[in-house]
Amino acid sequence: MKKFINNVDDILVESLKGFATAHKDLVSLHLEPIFLTRKVPSMNKVALISGGGSGHEPLHTGYLGHGMLDAVCPGHVFTSPTPDQMLAAADKVNTEKGILFIVKNYAGDVMNFEMAAEMLPYEVATVLVTDDCAAGDVTAGRGVAGTIIVEKCVGSLAETGANLQACKALGDKVNQRTASMGVALSSCTVPAAGRPTFSLADNEVEMGVGIHGEAGHSRETLRSANEMAAEMLEHILSTLSPTANSEILVLVNGFGNTPLMELYLIYNSVTELLAAKGLKIARSLVGNYTTALDMAGASITLCLLDDEIKQHWDSAVHTPALRWD
Amino acid sequence: MQAQFIIASIEAVYEVILNHEAELESLDRAIGDGDHYINISRGLTKLMDLRESLQDLSVDESLNKIAMTLLSTIGGASGPLFASFFMGMAQSFQQPSDMTAKLYANAFSAGVEKLAQRGKSSLGEKTMLDVLIPVADEFKLAADKGLTSKETASALIVTAEKGVLATKELLATKGRAAGLGERAIGHIDPGAKSCQLIIETICKLILR
Repeated sequence: MKKFINNVDDILVESLKGFATAHKDLVSLHLEPIFLTRKVPSMNKVALISGGGSGHEPLHTGYLGHGMLDAVCPGHVFTSPTPDQMLAAADKVNTEKGILFIVKNYAGDVMNFEMAAEMLPYEVATVLVTDDCAAGDVTAGRGVAGTIIVEKCVGSLAETGANLQACKALGDKVNQRTASMGVALSSCTVPAAGRPTFSLADNEVEMGVGIHGEAGHSRETLRSANEMAAEMLEHILSTLSPTANSEILVLVNGFGNTPLMELYLIYNSVTELLAAKGLKIARSLVGNYTTALDMAGASITLCLLDDEIKQHWDSAVHTPALRWD
Repeated sequence: MQAQFIIASIEAVYEVILNHEAELESLDRAIGDGDHYINISRGLTKLMDLRESLQDLSVDESLNKIAMTLLSTIGGASGPLFASFFMGMAQSFQQPSDMTAKLYANAFSAGVEKLAQRGKSSLGEKTMLDVLIPVADEFKLAADKGLTSKETASALIVTAEKGVLATKELLATKGRAAGLGERAIGHIDPGAKSCQLIIETICKLILR
């Protein structure tokens, strides 16, 4: 294992300190328990709290700020955060409008946020993100890169002063209309474990991989980018069933160790494949938005837009990792 | 169950889990994401620090403290699951009553039930419950039959061992291994393995 480390036990805190200092105009870091909040807390809005295991940066810390999240609870690498973090974060950002948890559908995240919700004295609702369609059923999927589309849209709505039910409803709707699938070209190495989580031969890929280097649903032979993109799109489109005039948001996401050049190449494959099906790409995002440490590979996410989702995707956002006017 | 037994159990379990680092890690790398050992050992290290503060607590207070400590240190799925187990068990000891085998057996079952509720899981899904549910049933049976604590401990070690081996041939329908489909077959579930080790260790303390 070759990584930038001082002491393996200090990775998380040292990285968060660097992040918080680099973006000190936007975020504040709280320790014991660990959580981050916006530098300037917002009043009179539903407080959006997310979190999950670390190692997916910029998810979620990079999405703290105006138009997205109010607080983030990072766990250890690939390990869900704990309820005490969520309780402390909720105490800090709660307003009278209640708290919305945005949770990726992984057993650990679900259970820890669930226990926090049971313990909190505030009104709490949860949006469960289930966009990974590798398992073939969007309702049972894991929460992966589509999470940022949920966080962006709900974050935008929350800024308008919308109530908790409305925020949850939009989050659920975006989730229903979003599907993702990933493919890994290499494993990743959890620093504390010190060696790759799985191994792939030079000519193998892991199709349907999650964002923790957990194996996907099939081990396949490496093929052309067009062929692999086509396979992923087939799963995604059969999950979403877009109609001929659907407008689509496409997110091509890198897992951490694939160059941007290749991500744009995949995006090019996606545009051609969708054009051949008569589907219109209305919005796009290409880059490393939900990573899996040093895994090589990428995921494709499609979101079926409607006017409401498009409006909230387009609205101004000012966070460390996503910023437009 | 006295404070000294709880403390001795923490020490023994800590040692055994540390000695099985390589095994637990490789089981989790095969069908999970390789962090099970790291998480569980982080929780146990925190429990070791807690030992002194458990000396003067009642059983239910001790179990609740263990639950909250594990909940805030383990994370992942194991944190809430182990915490729910100890919370469920603690509830059974809240009412003052004689410390009979039946009370222990019922408390164990109550813990397993809470854990199953939290994980929304049951027998046969390739999880820790494949060890815990048979052990809970065997424990109750032993209490009903009036077995001695040593006879019970011996029986539970065997049941836990059978449970963990049974996970090998199961399809995973809960937890991260669920995404693997048939590829999970042939692998022992790491959570089931750590539960089996913990049960075996505490039973061996009773047999000593």
